[in-house]
Amino acid sequence: MERYKLNRFYSLFTDTGERITHQLKFTGFTLILIFKTFLTLRFVFAKRGEIVKQMYISGVKSMPVCTIVALFGGMILALHTGVELAKFGQQELVPTLMINIMNKEMGSFLTSIIITAFSGAAMAAELGTMKVSEEIDALEMMSINPVAYLVMPRVVSMMIMLPTLSIYTIILGVAGGGIISYFQLGITTEAYYHKVFQSIWLKDMYVGLLKSFVFGLMISSISCANGLKAEGGALGVGQATRVSVVSSYLLVLIMGYFITALFYGGFL
Amino acid sequence: MIEFRSVSKKYGSNVVLDEVSFNIEKGETFVIIGLSGAGKTTILRHIAGFINPDSGEVLVDDIRMNGAGSGVRIRLRKKMGFLFQSGALINWLSVRENVALPLVEHKLGSMDEINRIVDEKLNLLQLGDAGDKMPSEISGGMKKRVGLARAIVRNPDIILYDEPTSGLDPVMSARINELILKMQEKLDVTSVVVTHDMESAYYIADRIAMLYNGKIIECGTPEQIRASDDPVVKQFIEGRITGPIEG
Repeated sequence: MERYKLNRFYSLFTDTGERITHQLKFTGFTLILIFKTFLTLRFVFAKRGEIVKQMYISGVKSMPVCTIVALFGGMILALHTGVELAKFGQQELVPTLMINIMNKEMGSFLTSIIITAFSGAAMAAELGTMKVSEEIDALEMMSINPVAYLVMPRVVSMMIMLPTLSIYTIILGVAGGGIISYFQLGITTEAYYHKVFQSIWLKDMYVGLLKSFVFGLMISSISCANGLKAEGGALGVGQATRVSVVSSYLLVLIMGYFITALFYGGFL
Repeated sequence: MIEFRSVSKKYGSNVVLDEVSFNIEKGETFVIIGLSGAGKTTILRHIAGFINPDSGEVLVDDIRMNGAGSGVRIRLRKKMGFLFQSGALINWLSVRENVALPLVEHKLGSMDEINRIVDEKLNLLQLGDAGDKMPSEISGGMKKRVGLARAIVRNPDIILYDEPTSGLDPVMSARINELILKMQEKLDVTSVVVTHDMESAYYIADRIAMLYNGKIIECGTPEQIRASDDPVVKQFIEGRITGPIEG
């Protein structure tokens, strides 16, 4: 019995160690992949066709989902805050709150969540399938750099499209708030947008866009790295996709906090 | 042309190659046979520089492939073509674009020249009409032929074939075997073929090596292999259930 307990303790210890080692190796692989991607940025012009195609896939195609999420997200936000503020006769603060929340946090966050599910998962699955069906090896055999051919266009396109879609999400989120303000809170459209434009701060805008830019880099790199590390057929591709989505969500939250803390926590 | 010097490779505790040594001459068709999972593809992957041995040396054109920098690997790979088991065609490119890919990516000629080379290779492999089709629209045999067209589009000195006839009907297998011979006659390439299709091996090989338990247990001409006294080789080439081969 004692020996059994000792063995279980030992295997728990080694399993944890193996997981940590695996995670550290994967983090290193992802960081090296980001570095290699930056090195291949010199091929941006040559790969412009592929970049535009990826921008269409990860950006334009996800616009219908973004529209619904942003519009209803904004409406929910306005409804909750408006109903509470109306109790104190402060519902005219809703436009200010809406633009601030959307600009500072929700625009980039909502867009990142959508893009992770929509494009990040697709990237991991696509590259994972290519990996397990030896297409990546075939590229290497043809002396074609998979990072320049596959990863760089995806990363660049997402770094462009995530901030762009964030602006789109912010506009629609605020518009959603406007609808609720008009129909539920008795704020006229003119008054709502007047207050919204008055409350736009440059710092909020560039911090929000910086977040989107960083999230775009993170989501695409993590997704591509997971795809390139996939092994073991369909099961491996599924696992790579799942891990890429979960890791992206977690890192969006963690990095989101640190960027907020950096700009609004008294550091800058 | 290709030399293995005491190459060993383990995956976990599983010894796949154990001090394997052989030499392949220029222009030779060298066939490696063995059970599934015996390590045949591992040999090809060593030659292509995808993996490094745990010990020993892999030489291609007298240059050490294992441990070489990426520049040397790229230079050596430019001399090679690889026919992958599944064809490994890029899914979103048409047959023509797949074959043209290495030429387009390395800008090896004008578009007219590239089109001419691609047409020549497609015709050589009887794929003239399939140029505009997508990989999802063609059969397994056609995928292999497209993979082969792509492998030879840069006129390589070495072609590595991973199970070129697996999953194909007998007619298509015979056609692929003919193509491998045609490649050698027309382009004077060195071919390394991994297969467990004995009919194919006898037909195309200059020499056959049998890999078993991580070691080359027999290596010789097809006639020598046919006449081998080794019980493992005999059981394998005759496809008998009973014998020394385990499992």
